[in-house]
Amino acid sequence: MDLLKLFNALPGAAAQGLIWGLMAIGVYITYRILDVADLTVDGSMATGGAIAAVLIMSGCNVWLAILVAFIVGMAAGLVTGLFHTFMGIPAILSGILTQLGLYSINLRIMGGKANVAVNPNKYTLLVSLRNVRSLTLGNPIFVLILFTAALILTLYWFFGTELGCSLRATGANQRMARAQGINTSRNVLLGLMLSNGLVALSGALLAQYQGFADVNSGRGAIVIGLAAVIIGEVFFGKVFINFGLKLTAVSIGAIVYYLVIQVVLWLGLNANDLKLLTALVVSIFLAVPFWRGKLAGKRTGKGENHA
Amino acid sequence: MLKISHIAKTFNPGTITEKKALLDVDLHLNEGDFVTVIGGNGAGKSTMLNAVAGVFPVDRGTIEIGGVNVTNLPEYKRAAYLGRVFQDPMTGTAATMNIEENMALALRRGRPRGLRWGITNLERQMYREQLHTLGLGLEDRMASKVGLLSGGQRQALTLLMATLRTPKLLLLDEHTAALDPKTAAKVLEITEKIVSEQHLTAMMVTHNMKDAIAIGNRLIMMNEGRIVVDVSGEQKQKLTRADLMGLFEKAAGKELDGDRLLLS
Repeated sequence: MDLLKLFNALPGAAAQGLIWGLMAIGVYITYRILDVADLTVDGSMATGGAIAAVLIMSGCNVWLAILVAFIVGMAAGLVTGLFHTFMGIPAILSGILTQLGLYSINLRIMGGKANVAVNPNKYTLLVSLRNVRSLTLGNPIFVLILFTAALILTLYWFFGTELGCSLRATGANQRMARAQGINTSRNVLLGLMLSNGLVALSGALLAQYQGFADVNSGRGAIVIGLAAVIIGEVFFGKVFINFGLKLTAVSIGAIVYYLVIQVVLWLGLNANDLKLLTALVVSIFLAVPFWRGKLAGKRTGKGENHA
Repeated sequence: MLKISHIAKTFNPGTITEKKALLDVDLHLNEGDFVTVIGGNGAGKSTMLNAVAGVFPVDRGTIEIGGVNVTNLPEYKRAAYLGRVFQDPMTGTAATMNIEENMALALRRGRPRGLRWGITNLERQMYREQLHTLGLGLEDRMASKVGLLSGGQRQALTLLMATLRTPKLLLLDEHTAALDPKTAAKVLEITEKIVSEQHLTAMMVTHNMKDAIAIGNRLIMMNEGRIVVDVSGEQKQKLTRADLMGLFEKAAGKELDGDRLLLS
């Protein structure tokens, strides 16, 4: 096996991990803070890419394209939120409905094509994989680290504000939140919007990085996002107590995920089997806290009743 | 301070699980009233409290708190007028947030929540002093997650949070029922102290007849969705358990049957 080949692939994996890390931070907001499993992200990831690609190709400024992707992603989160809070549909199903609908919308955005190429020679892009091994300020790894840091700082600030605290309370205990005068329905909407906005933003960066937007680029995104959240918690859960560090752990989790993928591919795994491997690994990690609880219950003689 | 006029509530109407929880409840509390609410299982005590809190809309009647008609206000808006402590110690606090964050949430009850900091250093000082009055040592654990506290500590904290912004009405829904007797007595002692110090109007549901008689200036007893006994003033002060059971039998036309009641 050619080690050089692996080393050559690592910077690309790191950049991909950083982009998916932004997406995973979005998943963290719903899954961990709001306590909602939101499957909208599989759709809104592709939406972000589609919007950015089409806008950039029509001559739009790259920053503006990213901003529009963020806003459209928020709209997708709003739809899921309204399905859930206003129409009373269970959260998981609400997300699946939006995700399904978004597939058609994404095709419409891309003019009926499943794949749209954004040539980095023709357009100015924020990140591109062709610069991933260059030692310049245009290296996507450098740009993405700055981007991630800015995002984490902004979220750290937001979740420390009165509004952000009320969002955390909504996820922690809805009855308590309402008793303290918090509009929990509105907060669920807000959290879903923020999360999907970030996911679409990540999709917009991914489309630029890869040089194309694809209607299927979000397939299984939720699982990758969860993987990043869980890997981050497994490695840093005990040390990273501060909220900002927890978000950093999510981003690192996504990088680790892509580095590991790169290694298993290098070891000879068929790329087609990747999603199966990911699903298995994530399901095992999701089971760990449950098993741990059961074991602890056995030892003290008190069974946990959430089985 | 509280005016409940002819409210009624039926859960799951027209189905096999239909439950007429409140038939026709009429209650007027004066400012500073501390009412204990007692009654058998399914009498409607908690339903009445939840109707006031806005957990569900009522089918009929109106509810006014401090002169404001809140009948059509959602739960989170009514919270501006209410302090609430629940039976389950898990319900009143956010377990994954720390003590000071929980208090900061309570301090902002009824206020718009914007992009100012969710907690300030000035507040922390005030929280420390407030926690100190509980005598549970919580003032030294302000950065601890509430999930680490015992049931009694959580109820005491919830009580403090419910009264951090003086509520027009304090609703206590069997808030000592899940605690061991010693802790229950301590939480009850804190309750009485806070209510008298802040001159609160309060309504306390309890299964403990002794507590219902000993605490507060007024006692109401519910049966099958109605208030059947209402004693206050001197009569309440002299009230004995036998009196209460006699009053109940006269009003309800049957013997008091709450097993949980008689045991306590």
